[in-house]
Amino acid sequence: MNMKSSLIKKLLLSLTFILSFFLGNMAVQAGDYPDRPISVVVAYNPGGATDFQARLVTMMAAHPKKDYLGQPIVIINKPGAGGKVGWNWFASKARNDGYDLAAYNVPHFISQSIVFDDTKYNIDNLEPIANWGADPAVLIVGPDSQFNSVADLLKFAKANPGKVTFSGAGKFVGHHIAFLQFQKASGVKITYVPHTGGVPALAAVKGGQVMAGFNNLSDAYRSQKDIKILAIADLQREETFLPDVPTLKEEGVDVDNSSVNFRGIMAPKGTDPKIIELLAAKVPLMFNDKKTLGQMKKGGSPMRIMNRAEVQAMWKERKKSLTKLLAGLKAE
Amino acid sequence: MEFLNYFSNVFTFTNILILTLGTIGGLLMGAAPGLSPTMAVALLIPFTFRMTAEQGLIMLGAVYTATVAGGAISAILLKIPGAPANIATVIDGYPMAKKGRSTEALHYCFISSFIGGVIGILVLIFFTPVLADFALKFGPSHMFWIAILGVTVIASLDSKSIIKGLFSGAIGLWLATIGYDAILGVERFVFNPIFSGGINIIAALVGLFAIPQVLSMLEGKQSQADQFQMEKKSLLESFKYNISRIKALIVGSVTGTIIGLIPGAGGQIAGLVSYAQIKKTSTNKENFGKGEPDGIIAAESANNAMVGPSLVPLLTLGIPGSPTAAVLLGGLLIHGLFPGSNLFTVYAETTWTFINSLLVAQFMMLIFGLYISGLAKYVMKTPTHYMAAAITILAIFGTYSVQHNFADVIVMLFLGTTMFFLSKFGFTAAPIVLGIILGPIAETNFNQAKIIADTQNGIFDYLTSGPLNLTIIALCLISILYGAYGDKAKKEKK
Repeated sequence: MNMKSSLIKKLLLSLTFILSFFLGNMAVQAGDYPDRPISVVVAYNPGGATDFQARLVTMMAAHPKKDYLGQPIVIINKPGAGGKVGWNWFASKARNDGYDLAAYNVPHFISQSIVFDDTKYNIDNLEPIANWGADPAVLIVGPDSQFNSVADLLKFAKANPGKVTFSGAGKFVGHHIAFLQFQKASGVKITYVPHTGGVPALAAVKGGQVMAGFNNLSDAYRSQKDIKILAIADLQREETFLPDVPTLKEEGVDVDNSSVNFRGIMAPKGTDPKIIELLAAKVPLMFNDKKTLGQMKKGGSPMRIMNRAEVQAMWKERKKSLTKLLAGLKAE
Repeated sequence: MEFLNYFSNVFTFTNILILTLGTIGGLLMGAAPGLSPTMAVALLIPFTFRMTAEQGLIMLGAVYTATVAGGAISAILLKIPGAPANIATVIDGYPMAKKGRSTEALHYCFISSFIGGVIGILVLIFFTPVLADFALKFGPSHMFWIAILGVTVIASLDSKSIIKGLFSGAIGLWLATIGYDAILGVERFVFNPIFSGGINIIAALVGLFAIPQVLSMLEGKQSQADQFQMEKKSLLESFKYNISRIKALIVGSVTGTIIGLIPGAGGQIAGLVSYAQIKKTSTNKENFGKGEPDGIIAAESANNAMVGPSLVPLLTLGIPGSPTAAVLLGGLLIHGLFPGSNLFTVYAETTWTFINSLLVAQFMMLIFGLYISGLAKYVMKTPTHYMAAAITILAIFGTYSVQHNFADVIVMLFLGTTMFFLSKFGFTAAPIVLGIILGPIAETNFNQAKIIADTQNGIFDYLTSGPLNLTIIALCLISILYGAYGDKAKKEKK
């Protein structure tokens, strides 16, 4: 009996010791954060748009002459199942000490959290830090297409319900959301052909395998010679890259910006508020670095820098509109 | 002959240094199981941030070329293909090494890679404008038939039994269905969250080849040190023999070139398809699988011939011809080079310097590859127990590094252990891996074809109309009939 109680005492003592060590350690971490490299999980393959943008916007993190983070950011790819593998890992297993961050793609992760039952992430267990880019979906057709405007396309689609085929980068991603909104707002029946990524979806439009498609503004901008860009699914025109392309609203189809592909950085829930505060203050400055902006522009990637509060509002707003749009579309 | 104007650009001190380091590094990365060309190029893209566009592309191009060839080193010496492209090299390369002809096998590998590679780059240089639109013609129906053409190869890969080969292929096709389906957005066979990403192809490749090898080493049935007696064959003899195998070289280079042009198919199947073709048409079929140099020559010339053509649709249209070319696209974009006609007008200097450097990279690959071949004997002389440990470490490290996912390592070990027991019953790994590669291509494209066909005249009409569809269907039929006829002839001979 005696021995047992002394054992418990010893155990308790060592536990307190361990705990105090950890707590002490954590306090130090919050003060000196960051004192080692930070990892950012990208839920897509290396070489994809999200991956290569994430690498560009974080390359200045450790620049000795700039007061950003003072530590390098390492990109770690955990691809699979349209992003689900990486984000599931992040929401359930990432350490919340500020050294595990991830890149998010809206609307992808929000629509997945609505449609699928097995996602471990949603806007409530993730903490946005800042947004770096926004890539609106654009409506494209092939170079020899009979359609020269949205009106042409709708006229044909009305006469031939279900016959018009649209490509996009898969299910429940921005392109699919744009398609669903377009179909709903115009009231015509069209067919969605999911592809395994934005690049194959674009190739299908170029080669005439499908009649039209929704694709990333950045990719479409680069291939303007091989396609016709009819409209943009956003609230305003894109002034830097495609100032002449009208919005779908201007063309009389009531589609808002729910499908715009926002990319940014987030932390897991439970991260020290002080660390989040620090990151939320420094990361937008890092995104705004002249060199970063120059490289991103060279790559044809539209920037849209938003601070933590703006992203929080955007996430909430997206969740609401996507829940409404995807009602009745739950995956089998 | 515009490209000649920019040839001198390649030969600056920095560029040659980059080419040399890229080639040596690429050969070593290629030889490490798990580090596929795609991974290697992706890993190096961040290093190009601080280089000029030319230097960056030269490095990526050299690494691409060298990793594809380097994957054959471990395929021949360890029976573990460095990347999916080198699977076919294992079938005859390892038996050759076992007979003590490892250096010779590596000579054939690098000489054939060089010849195939140069042919591929010449196609890229001279036929880019003509072939640009070819890639665009491939829609879901054509890609579906290409995958089926790959399936017809499965049966002829297995040298012992067609039935077992087909059965292995079916296992591979089934494994490929695990996970999240990109087209319909549903999950299949995901009983545990670790499977939601599907079976990673690299994890499967490393597991199916490396683990059975380790286990049979530990079983003690083969002790490498005693078994391998090095036969000396001079480099010159290897060269002479290699050049004399014109048919294998042509079959390999032509197959590789065509497959490289088709977006999405990639070098992963170029080696296997040309291996099957040379085996079917060979006069001494029985030798295949037992160390026939033609097998190595066809497979390696094919997977390096694929490199140049896979860049044709990438540079002209922004459509990558192989998974590695897809990663290279990112490398181009970072430097503000958008694929399309601009590359050959505004950025002509950078583009042509890059293409020329690829040609020079072939020579570098040949020189350093042949040098490494000479060192092969040290690998072969390493005692078995050290080898088993080293392979296990490489296998786990390589698998984990693909996507930083320990679940992949578990899958790798499980598949490998299962394969060890399956191999006791005469099943082989190559058809399983081929099934895993072809499954998604066939299925994704069939699903897309079905959706598109439903808006037209139905699936049958969609899959069987047009000259391109009919050509590929004819190729499938020829492949099946040739195989069947060959078997019948063989039986009658007996």
